[in-house]
Order: sequence, then C-alpha cells, then structure tokens
Amino acid sequence: MKHVPELESARAFSAEGRTVRSTEDGTLNEVDENAVEAALSLGGDEVIAVTVGPAPAVDAVRRALQMGADRGVHVLDDALAGADYAATATALAAAVRSLGPVDAVVTGMAALDGLGAVVPSLLAAELDLPQLTVAHEVTHADGVVTIEREVAGATETWRAPLPVVLSVTDVANSPRLPKMKEILAARTKEVATVSLADLSLEVGDVASRTQVLEASQRPPRPGPQLVTDDDGQGGRKLAEYLISEGLI
Amino acid sequence: MATALVYLDGDPRESALEAVTLARQVGEVVAVTPAALGEDAARTLGRYGVARLVHLETGGVALDAPAAVGQALADAATQLGATAVLLGSTFATKEIAAHAAHHLRAGLLIDVGDLRVHEGRLAGSKRAFGGTWDTSCAVTTECGVATVRPNAVQAEPVATPAEVQTGALTVTAAVPAGLELVGRQEHAGEGGRPPLAEAAVVVAAGRGTFGDFDAVHELADALGAAVGTTRDCVDEGWLPHDAQVGQTGVTVAPRLYIGAGISGAPHHIGGMSASQTIVAINIDAEAPLVEMADFAVVGDLASVLTDAAEAIREHRGGA
Repeated sequence: MKHVPELESARAFSAEGRTVRSTEDGTLNEVDENAVEAALSLGGDEVIAVTVGPAPAVDAVRRALQMGADRGVHVLDDALAGADYAATATALAAAVRSLGPVDAVVTGMAALDGLGAVVPSLLAAELDLPQLTVAHEVTHADGVVTIEREVAGATETWRAPLPVVLSVTDVANSPRLPKMKEILAARTKEVATVSLADLSLEVGDVASRTQVLEASQRPPRPGPQLVTDDDGQGGRKLAEYLISEGLI
Repeated sequence: MATALVYLDGDPRESALEAVTLARQVGEVVAVTPAALGEDAARTLGRYGVARLVHLETGGVALDAPAAVGQALADAATQLGATAVLLGSTFATKEIAAHAAHHLRAGLLIDVGDLRVHEGRLAGSKRAFGGTWDTSCAVTTECGVATVRPNAVQAEPVATPAEVQTGALTVTAAVPAGLELVGRQEHAGEGGRPPLAEAAVVVAAGRGTFGDFDAVHELADALGAAVGTTRDCVDEGWLPHDAQVGQTGVTVAPRLYIGAGISGAPHHIGGMSASQTIVAINIDAEAPLVEMADFAVVGDLASVLTDAAEAIREHRGGA
C-alpha cells in the first residue's frame, strides 16, 4: 500500500525535496485498491496490508482493512524519510520476509504521485521471486498465476507458480466499496507498527542511492491563446498556429 | 573517458537516438542489444556517435523476462566499466532498469528529460505532480541507471560519424524459477502510426467525440501523429486500452499534444502534462485542459479537426 497526496490536492515538495504528506489530503494510492481486490480474490488464508511511510501512511493500511484485509503492518522509522525506490523496496521486502512464507506480494502498477512503477520489480528482485507485473487480467488455478499485460504494442501472457510478485492495473478488477459495517469492523483490526530494528535492518541498509538536488514549482501556465470557431475559421487558425510555431 | 550504456530493444528508433544523444553528455556511448543488429543499424548509430555496438550473448537464456534482461545488462555494465546505463521510458524498460539497478546496487532515475554529471555522479531532471513541479536528482553510487523520457531532446547526429565496433559480449542471465512467457501477440500497427508512448505528436480525443473518431484520425494522418484517448472512451469500448493516455495508461510527452473533446481529468493530465506544446479543442472554454493549453479553439471538434487537417495538407502540398 502507498499513502499518496490526493490527485486534486495542492501537491508539493518540502525544502528537502520530499513529498509533503498529511492526513488531510492523503489517500490510499488509487490503483492499490485494485491490488487489495486482487489479493482478496487470490483466495489465500490471510491478506496482510503492508506500507512503508510516515505516521499518516497508516491511513492507507486502514483503507485496505476496510476493504477486507485481515491485518496490517506499518513500517515506520525516521531513517526512512525521503526513502528512494531502492530504500523503499528494501524495507518492504524485509517487512514481507518478517511475515514468514507468503504466497503472493500484490501491488498496484504504479504510485500515482511519482509514477515510477519500479518498486514491484525491485521487490521481486529483492525477494528473488518471479514477477507478473502490469497485469490487466489475472487468473489463479492450482497454485499457478497467469496474467495478461499490454506492453510495447503487444499483449503478453505470463505465468508462474506461487509465490510471485504481482502488480495490477486499474482495469484488472473493480475494487469493492466497503460498507459501514466493514468500516467499523476495520477499526478493531490489528496494525503492527514496526521499526527498521524490528526488521533486523540497519540505517545503512536503507540508505537512498539517489539524492534530490532541487525541487521547484513551475510558474503557472499563462493561459491559452484562445480562438473560437464561431466564424468557421477555428481549424484554419489552429493550423496557422502550428505552422507559425514550427510544429509542422 | 566514462562509458554510458544505452539499451536498445531492436533497430534504433527515434527514441533510441534521443537517448544516445543524451548519453553523449555523460560518456562514450556503447549501445547494447539483446540480439545482433545489421549493418544499417550500426551505421545509423555511428552517425549519432555510438562507439561500440554489442549484443548480449547469454548461452541460450531467453531475454524476455525483465529480470533476465536487467541482470544481463547489469553484467554488461560491470564488464564494460559503465558509469551510466540508459534505457527508454516505458513500463517494460522501467522493469529492466529496476533489475539492472538492483544487480549493480546503483541509484535509479526514472523518466528524466535531461542528463548530466553532477560532482562525478549521474544526474537528471524530471517533472512531477502533473507537470507542476521540476525536480532534479543525482545518484549517490558510482554507476547510475536512468530511463529517458521520449521527445525530451531532438536526436542530433555528430559532426564526424564514428566507426562503430560491433561484437558480442557474453553475460550471465537467469530467468526466475517457474516464470514463463506463454504467448505474445503483436498488435497490428495502426496505419503506420508511431507508437503512442514515443510519438512526437499525439492527437487525443475524449468523450466529446461521442465515439466518432474519423476527424481525429484525419488530423493524426495529416500530422503523422499517434492517436490517444481517455479512460472514459476506453470504458465505452470506442478505442482499445493501449490508446489510453493517463497515469494508469500510456504516459506521453510529445512535442505537440492536441486534446479534442477532453475536459482534462487529473488522471489524464497526469499522463500528458510533460507535453511541450499543448493544444485544446473544446466547446467548454473553462475545461481544465483548455486552461492549461498554449493554444485553444472553442468549438465543435469534428469541424475544427477536419478544417485543420485540410489546412495542414494544403500547407504541406504547397511547401
């Protein structure tokens, strides 16, 4: 699970170049709801929601519990502030290992704040598991997961026996909407808060391999050069604009 | 001199030549491919300053799975002493980049639009949060892995073409246990249009088409553009999912993006906001996409697109 700023909130970076996260305008990364749905659909004994992030990130786990996850794990440690892809994947992989043998690690295809889409692959590499990623269709039978995905102008079908790392797109399924009863029940579900030490990690193990040099807000766009097609000349004016800008 | 590897998945397309152009900023360029390329490809790469072209020899291990390709690429980077490993920026190549970075224990930069060396380390810039922020990052490791956003720069040949050394490089690669590519169905090319993710010009259209994309295709043909659409239209079954521009579809960053009948939901804007010039056509002058556009036409998209296509054909015909 990833806790991300609402798409429609005023998203920003802090002076250290870190994403500003708060409870008020934070939410469960939307496509992670598809991941929860996929995990519930796999039909295992237990679904555990895991996140790495600052204190407000527990809200993302809570959302997964409302949808039907059985319990949660929140990796919370000051040393993870500003964690990059590698550090995040290392911490997540350690959290997964701490749970004992798991059948599948399920994620959304990308976090919709950074759009990196690499943590699922890094997790697979860290855990030394086959990856079935960017799946728009998932089937599971007899301990084998088969996915379809669309990449680079082709539809690919991949399969692998459990355990796997699976990442899903927003068309893979329709996430269930929790009812009031489930929302109330989720309040009593356990969320374990764990530190790096609890995961037998040292600060050096989660050192970021990248550093932000600069983060600055772009100036607001000046607004369009606006024409209307009332006189039937709109299309011609568009063509003239493209020609004048050297775009044709 | 530092060595920069550029991974190409086949004959060099425009996006690969852009990556090569950027790679020249950070080192001597070695192009790496999963299979041997022909002499034409080598000559093209030479014109863009590639010093060496090597294909990966794995002893029979198929280079399909991202984990296997990433491992092979990392091994190549180690053997060649590379300080930068560059790939295009698609879902498939980002996965390869992640595995390569894992094996190299290297810093990973995703979707950068430029590259430079900062205090001896690979650095690059990208846009974030729907194009509202610029960020730049450097790796802290000796070697850095980066994926390069298409159309960020114009591919530029070098003054003196290089004599390209070609050959094979034996590398280690393994497919994770039990993982199997069962099938791969190439999509029929859409009338010779460029791939959406790499296209320099994108004509996208949304719900305002009411499902009729004739005028959209007409303008796309006149411009040599790829056709994109919104989630709504995919849900309606008007166009396939791989035409969906957005955060959970295809992320595009063309030199010119034309959005017709698209109001501009945050998901769509997040997937196209790195476009250089944005044009909107909409009956609603206050639609978010109109407000963020450089040029906008308020009017019915079918007639505007058709008229624009005609004017462009006339211009081309007369040029």
